[in-house]
Amino acid sequence: MNIPENLKYTKDHEWIKVDGDEAYVGITDYAQNELGDVVFVEIETEGEKLDKEEVFGTVEAVKTVSDIFMPISGEVEEVNPKLEDTPEIVNKDPYGEGWLIKVKISDKSELDDLLEASKYKELTE
Amino acid sequence: MKDTPLISKHRELGAKIVEFAGFNMPIEYTGVNDEHMAVREGVGIFDVSHMGEFWIKGPQALNLLQKVSANDASRLKPGKAHYTCLPNGKGGIVDDFLIYQYDDQLYMVVVNAANIEKDWNWFNQQNTFGAELEDASDRMSLMAIQGPYAQATLEKLTDEDLASMKPFRFKVGTLAGYDQVIISATGYTGEHGFELYVKNEDAPGIWEQIMQAGKQYGIKPVGLGARDTLRLEAGLCLYGNDIDETTSPLEAGIDFVVKFKEYKDFIDKDYLWKQKQEGVSRKLVGFVMEEKGIPRQHYEIADADGNVIGQVTSGTMSPVLKQGVGMGYVPVSYTQPGSQIFIRIRKKVLKAKVVQMPVFKKS
Repeated sequence: MNIPENLKYTKDHEWIKVDGDEAYVGITDYAQNELGDVVFVEIETEGEKLDKEEVFGTVEAVKTVSDIFMPISGEVEEVNPKLEDTPEIVNKDPYGEGWLIKVKISDKSELDDLLEASKYKELTE
Repeated sequence: MKDTPLISKHRELGAKIVEFAGFNMPIEYTGVNDEHMAVREGVGIFDVSHMGEFWIKGPQALNLLQKVSANDASRLKPGKAHYTCLPNGKGGIVDDFLIYQYDDQLYMVVVNAANIEKDWNWFNQQNTFGAELEDASDRMSLMAIQGPYAQATLEKLTDEDLASMKPFRFKVGTLAGYDQVIISATGYTGEHGFELYVKNEDAPGIWEQIMQAGKQYGIKPVGLGARDTLRLEAGLCLYGNDIDETTSPLEAGIDFVVKFKEYKDFIDKDYLWKQKQEGVSRKLVGFVMEEKGIPRQHYEIADADGNVIGQVTSGTMSPVLKQGVGMGYVPVSYTQPGSQIFIRIRKKVLKAKVVQMPVFKKS
């Protein structure tokens, strides 16, 4: 299971990669593997300000529909445009090409509540 | 929880295992889409040993079948099988199943795993004739080999003439060196293929040899996930989703298994005859999404004004069409192919079109 050291994680299996006041958010390798083939990603919150732990979209695998939650409060600035036609990138490259949204962070202190890679790894074992 | 005799094969192959109908079953190995396409373009092998098999024997066997089954079992011949259902006495369906005729005093019926106990009780309860019943579910395994290269794969392992077997024919022969294998030209995928009923102890050896024989055709093990997407594309009903104790076979569009013959009295015959004369008010249809979205079981079906007119019974993203596809019950006025319906998916109401089933047919 791939769990990069430089990211932070939620117990709901999202990851966040902080870059200044912005961050990329996606689902973890563990999550994509549990879901199986991702066939549809629906995110219609672009431009919205959402609170931490609010639902920002859904990931649909063949048999399941899963809500995805904001790891931190902020504005959804961008949705990965490649998801529309190639949702399978979430399976192939969950931490890279398969990112879901770019967020403008409201309160960076919330990052302290997120899990380090080692803690998240314990959750998946 | 029960295991099939092939559980260690599934674990070796890295399958994701889930509980289904009281069994640990493989839901997927390499991924649902990958497995689905293997069956559409090459060949796939399924372990469906969770299915139930009952033997019905003796001079009263046919009488029992004619009473409980909607189809006309007197039309069977040795080596022939057919699809049918058990009407429940209240206009609904106890289960859908297959009947195989060995000879006029020996039949095998194959029922859904989730219904084994219910069906066993039902057969026994209805058996006022004194037919001999035997539940062989725990000693028989079932593998399905499906896809354009299914026949070529199995031909390497048997001298039986598979090419001349028409759908729903079966023979008992030697395969992969194991005798008494029931080779049945049936399946649940919409592809040409076979189902093999074998003794539990023979299952792992046969599985292994089929995997070897199919290697040159890219054979893949296929889990329950792709079994569902394949049968949905093929327009085949799943008990518990599309048919159940509350749906009539006429509503479900499986009226071709309901045979009203003067010489055949069966449970619900009068009720279903009346329903046939008067017409049903709702029917099961297949549909494809015209907007981006995936229909799922229990989602609402609406008309253009937003009124709820039915419910989705099965749905998925079709791996072949790359569109959401599904089945559901709608009023008869919406059953013509081309009828516009709407599916409520979370906060949205998305357009869908009723189509002739199967939603996908090989050209």
